[in-house]
Amino acid sequence: MPCRRSRPYRMGVIEMGHVTVNGIDIEVGPHEHINGIQAAHRAGVEIPHYCWHAGLSVVASCRMCLVESGRKNAETGEVSLLPKVVPACQTPATDGTVFVTDSEKVRAARQMVEEDLLLRHPVDCPICDKAGECSLQDYHFSYGREQRRADIDPFSSRRRPVGESVTLFVDRCVMCTRCVRFTREITGTNELMVINRGAHEEIDTFPGFPLDNKMSGNVVDLCPVGALGDVDFLYSQRVWFMKRHSGVCAGCSTGCSIHVEENQDRVYRIKPRENPHINQWWMCDEGRYGFKYVHDARRLTEPRQRDGETETTLTWDAAIARMDALVRSSQELVVVLSPFLTVEEAYLLATYARQVQPKAVISVGPIPCVGENETFPNGFTIRAEKCPNRRGVEEIASRFQGRLISWESVGDECGAQATVWFTGGYPEANGISSDEASRLAKNRTLIVQDLFASALSEHATLVLPSAAWVERAGSFVNAKDRLQSFTWAVRPPQGVQTEGQMLWRLAGRSGLYRPADILQELGREMSYFAAVLEEVPDTGVDLKLNQLASV
Amino acid sequence: MEIDLTNNTPVLLSRIGRPESHTLSDYRADGGYEGLARVLRDMKPEDLIQLIKDSSLRGRGGAGFPTGLKWSFLPKDHPGPIYFCLNADESEPGTFNNRILMEEDPHQVIEGLILACYATRSVTAYYYMRYEYPRAWERLLKALDECYSAGILGKSVLGSGFCLDIFPHRGAAAYICGEETGLIESLEGKRAWPRIKPPFPAVEGVFRKPTVVNNVETVACVKQIVDRGVDWFKSLGVPADPKNPRDPGSYGPKLYCLSGHVERPGCYEAPLGITVHQLVDHFGGGVWKNRHAKAAIPGGISMGLLKADEFDCPLDFAGPGRYGCLGLGTAAVVVMDETVSMVDFLHNSARFFAHESCGQCTPCREGTAWALRMLERIRAGRGRLKDLDLLLEIGDTIGIMPGTTICGLADGAAWPLKNAIRKFRSEFEEYMQRTNPSGYQQTDAVPALSSLSHGGH
Repeated sequence: MPCRRSRPYRMGVIEMGHVTVNGIDIEVGPHEHINGIQAAHRAGVEIPHYCWHAGLSVVASCRMCLVESGRKNAETGEVSLLPKVVPACQTPATDGTVFVTDSEKVRAARQMVEEDLLLRHPVDCPICDKAGECSLQDYHFSYGREQRRADIDPFSSRRRPVGESVTLFVDRCVMCTRCVRFTREITGTNELMVINRGAHEEIDTFPGFPLDNKMSGNVVDLCPVGALGDVDFLYSQRVWFMKRHSGVCAGCSTGCSIHVEENQDRVYRIKPRENPHINQWWMCDEGRYGFKYVHDARRLTEPRQRDGETETTLTWDAAIARMDALVRSSQELVVVLSPFLTVEEAYLLATYARQVQPKAVISVGPIPCVGENETFPNGFTIRAEKCPNRRGVEEIASRFQGRLISWESVGDECGAQATVWFTGGYPEANGISSDEASRLAKNRTLIVQDLFASALSEHATLVLPSAAWVERAGSFVNAKDRLQSFTWAVRPPQGVQTEGQMLWRLAGRSGLYRPADILQELGREMSYFAAVLEEVPDTGVDLKLNQLASV
Repeated sequence: MEIDLTNNTPVLLSRIGRPESHTLSDYRADGGYEGLARVLRDMKPEDLIQLIKDSSLRGRGGAGFPTGLKWSFLPKDHPGPIYFCLNADESEPGTFNNRILMEEDPHQVIEGLILACYATRSVTAYYYMRYEYPRAWERLLKALDECYSAGILGKSVLGSGFCLDIFPHRGAAAYICGEETGLIESLEGKRAWPRIKPPFPAVEGVFRKPTVVNNVETVACVKQIVDRGVDWFKSLGVPADPKNPRDPGSYGPKLYCLSGHVERPGCYEAPLGITVHQLVDHFGGGVWKNRHAKAAIPGGISMGLLKADEFDCPLDFAGPGRYGCLGLGTAAVVVMDETVSMVDFLHNSARFFAHESCGQCTPCREGTAWALRMLERIRAGRGRLKDLDLLLEIGDTIGIMPGTTICGLADGAAWPLKNAIRKFRSEFEEYMQRTNPSGYQQTDAVPALSSLSHGGH
């Protein structure tokens, strides 16, 4: 029998495809569908593009990603390139594909597109919010011409609103249609469209039907130039003054990955951070614009104690001592873990409570819920549960208590003389009515730690200010059991100590609060958190998946 | 080499000019729909595709793609539906051959369309007509009514069991709707933005199903091939170039649209391959007013320009290409006499393409608009020699051939630019010197001409 040497598929062996970008070889998996831009990215080569976005359909209309492409003969190694340039976004990178992005032809094509896009562009970068993070600007410096050859008067700067939160600078638009495709493919709401033809084209809405879906802010992120402006952020900050921090949105239990952008301890905007497991490239407007309470002047900023009718301000040292005394002297201690606490804070608190009062009751605070879960056609969900870490604190509370004591049953669970330690972090109001508060407070000692004064804090013996979520470091577990860690983005207002730092001191630990150490401890102590013993990547770890694997 | 026209008898246009030529009874009196009945009775769809392949019929819409080959690209054993689109969005400047057929002989087109649908196994056909043909539209609706009443369309075409519905669809007047995927998008109710290919329509077209798009004259030729046979069809025209294996030849009759500065403009039928001279002198009665020709458009404005000394160019699919033009296009010849200013011609051409660019691809959207702005300025007496190089650069870099656009509209915009400036450069230079004596050699940046920006539209 003659022996066949090369067979396309061998059992158990995955055949990788080989793609060449500017002479650099990269491997592509057999079931991977990537285009030239993605293949080049893998090889460390940037292909400029406007209209292409990994989350949207391919239209290949901006023509910025034009490259030379061809095939490499596997036997001879000979490369044959097509005579014309092709858009990399539309060219699949399959075994044997060759891309050339640094030839004279490609350079000329990019130069042409840049020149074309700037023909009627107002070039008003000094007054444009996008300056500093604008593709048109960046690509012009990298690929454009040094001198303008056109004799067209470019300056007109028309602006019109397309919705309540988004405004359109008509003449800055490069007609990439990403925003139009977003409203068609992601939200399914179809508000945006293209009107007119040729060089008269503009993005617009149908009269009477403005852009008003709950994810509308994403079109501003998608816009590669300064055409779509975020009304909330407009003219409030130059982008190069801001620092960007990886964070997790606390708006609902979806827990979108975000970037918090701040300057000098003030948050100016929040943008989605790509995470294929949770939010892909998107976030909802509620989360995007919902950070304002962080800088609310009415926030609690100093520890206060109440003795009958008199109220006095305490220093933190005195507050912590007073707290420790209250907890140690209590006949019965009930700890209420807020779903706004990080898992590290919740764990520290529960551990400390059990240390000083071995019979302390560990329960979970009120879970704010608004409406119903809302799922968009692409699967993105805005959850009714308006807190970031219910899953995390519930797991910790039930682990310590042996069962889950919810906020609704806390009143029945604790004795008449108990000391109740309520933790908060609730934006604006924790939703506890004054009736509920006075019933709970009757004859009992209340310690309340929260962002804002509430019916409950009116009855508290000790009121401590709380830090907002962008001021804290730690980890949240979202509704789908995915744990994400984050660092703080801004410092809390003067006088406020973060929960973590305070608990760290109460627990008698020295130095600065180190949430990573606590998380490791959690991973060792509780099987639910075992996955965190491996490194927690930027996109988080799935706690459930790990549990299944370990069974 | 000139084609002998002594025995030239019109076939496609044989019934044109009679008062009742558009009615079913008149069409049937001339043997209409007999070929269709024979095919439905005796031939399988594959046989008909083979017949058209054997005839080497090439699409009459402009690109000249072999029709039989296009049909055979449809997936085999597709569960269906397969759609057929008749492209009657004839909007290439200078072109009116489809209009003559649709107004004067609508049943010839419908018979060809039914044959094409039978060959491609389509049971639904869309007849996409441009908005500006009210008379053709009226006659189409009437002809379709007649066909449905006579059992030529509907559940069983001529009692054969083959079922076909034709849906007339009227465009909303845009040049880009004539591009096959632009037409498909428009038919689906969207902006006529041509699609990226692949997938080609034969794989994924109307409503994401396999689709064939053919021109009106192409299906009329199908009907004639069925009636008269392959040998008749191949006896006309120009055989394939033996030195070029990719040339399928240019066979059959063609409807030439002759307009411009000739004595007898009109739509004339002649075998493929007649020269511009023959068309102008034999059919058109020569250049009007005893003047001399200066230039001619060989096949619709997007094909470029021929100078008067290039009128020996044969009008077959390969001919104009050898004279620096894009191709035969729609075979619409527009003759310009010696009084025509090439500056005006090019301005008019640029205005058309800037107006009709769909605006999807950056190079076409901006390039056509920029060229128009420059030509407006040149015409206004503020042209500079370096503008010509810029215009040529735009012409050389936009289009499907350099790869910078999705569809061929930009190529159509580029060819007049390239041909007019390369073939008549001295005239442009002389015009600039005369109208802008102080500034024509200027090379630095010019102030913007906002005063001209609202001219022209």
